[in-house]
Amino acid sequence: MQIQADENVEAQRNADHGVIIATRDVNVYYGDNHALHGVSLDINKHQVTSLIGPSGCGKSTYLRCINRMNDTVDGCRVTGEIMLDGVDIYGPEVDEVLLRARVGMVFQKPNPFPKSIYDNVAYGPRIHGLADNKDDLDEIVLTSLEKAGLIKEVQDRLHSSGTGLSGGQQQRLCIARALAVRPDIILMDEPCSALDPIATAKVEELIDELKENYTIIIVTHSMQQAARISQQTAFFHLGEIVETGDTEKLFTSPSDERTQGYITGRFG
Amino acid sequence: MSSGHIVKSFDEELEDVRNTIVEMGGLAESQLEAAVRSLTERNTELALKTIEADRAVDDLEQEVDNKAIRLLALRNPVADDLRLVISALKIASVLERVADYAANISKRVIALNTSPSLAPVSSIPRMGDMVRRMIDDTLKAYANGDPDLAYDVWKRDQEVDQLYNSMFRELLTFMMEDPRSITSCTHLIFMAKNIERIGDHMTNIAEIIVYQVTGEMPTEPRPKGDKTSVTMIENENS
Repeated sequence: MQIQADENVEAQRNADHGVIIATRDVNVYYGDNHALHGVSLDINKHQVTSLIGPSGCGKSTYLRCINRMNDTVDGCRVTGEIMLDGVDIYGPEVDEVLLRARVGMVFQKPNPFPKSIYDNVAYGPRIHGLADNKDDLDEIVLTSLEKAGLIKEVQDRLHSSGTGLSGGQQQRLCIARALAVRPDIILMDEPCSALDPIATAKVEELIDELKENYTIIIVTHSMQQAARISQQTAFFHLGEIVETGDTEKLFTSPSDERTQGYITGRFG
Repeated sequence: MSSGHIVKSFDEELEDVRNTIVEMGGLAESQLEAAVRSLTERNTELALKTIEADRAVDDLEQEVDNKAIRLLALRNPVADDLRLVISALKIASVLERVADYAANISKRVIALNTSPSLAPVSSIPRMGDMVRRMIDDTLKAYANGDPDLAYDVWKRDQEVDQLYNSMFRELLTFMMEDPRSITSCTHLIFMAKNIERIGDHMTNIAEIIVYQVTGEMPTEPRPKGDKTSVTMIENENS
């Protein structure tokens, strides 16, 4: 199992904004349904990459390939290569549980465990054995809540239930939970679509801060959100990547007519 | 992309901005034509009307600004839609200047008409016509989204500059020969300069059109032919 970065790889990755995930010719099949057609995409380290496209275009399918979430879907088959720091994550030696610690995920609907705020965040470090003692665990929980921008709002009720928080707070709790297992990459599948504009703005601000230390890939239906928060954008359509590049370029002068048609609201 | 937006009112609003620009350009063009005609006809009344007409272009500029700001705020345009809105804002401000130049020519016509004609005016209509056709083609390029025609206009500005250079020299010589003509010749030089500036503004709009249609600004340096800023005419006796 080579998926935890060793020192050499770490040094190499510290070269700013190098490619952390290289995807080559990825195809995904759900039974007979060919959902993703030969997708090749490089994800840059410490940047936010947005995946946009109409419903059913394959963007969530692609996202779920990166932490092997599709392994849990019956009849799902993935071909091609997804290299994380030079290691094929579909290689036989890769432990997907450790992979999912390194590649965390935040979902559309906030899904805190029916446990206390503290235990929600402590859950991952406990099962991965990341804390030697109670003080270590406290440190991880508090730091994660701090990084998720939630600590001020919850510090005096860490042992109240996570499900009692507001939607936006729950989503940031889920982000704290993902951060607690020290991931390098965070996948977000429409993380703001169930949130009001203020809660959305807080999550967007958080994403902007997190990119200093994490690589973020986000699926969003809001093109304004993609434009606001990401540096790279990939446009998916009918299971293919139509266009990928700098967000600024893609939203001011896209190269492909289909991209232009979609982002300007002419089809979709 | 030729097909319309899913939200049809968005298309209508963009079209409305585009039409307002074309209307503004049409007014500016006819004002230049009227200003030059008021000179050749020594028609003070027409000159006064032309000055008065400048207000309509100012109002249209305000209208374009309001419509563009509304589109930016309510529609969040991107890609070619965004370029259309931003280009409209820029073009409207340029066209407003063009109409100002036409009004300035008209004011000078009124001044000239208070004394007998002492200076040669023949080059002004020629230059005026050249630039009026540039405006006309610029508006066609804008309305049809035709970057080739815009580029053609862009190149033609050099001819205007050359005509302006020779006119500048001609008028300087004229003033040296007959100092009584200095006042009227100076007005004519300013008129010619105004027309020459309108030509420059058309190259500016042509660049905006290329950007609007292709998403890229022209990379070639703008052709520059106006050398009057460094021109000296030596006095034969000195």
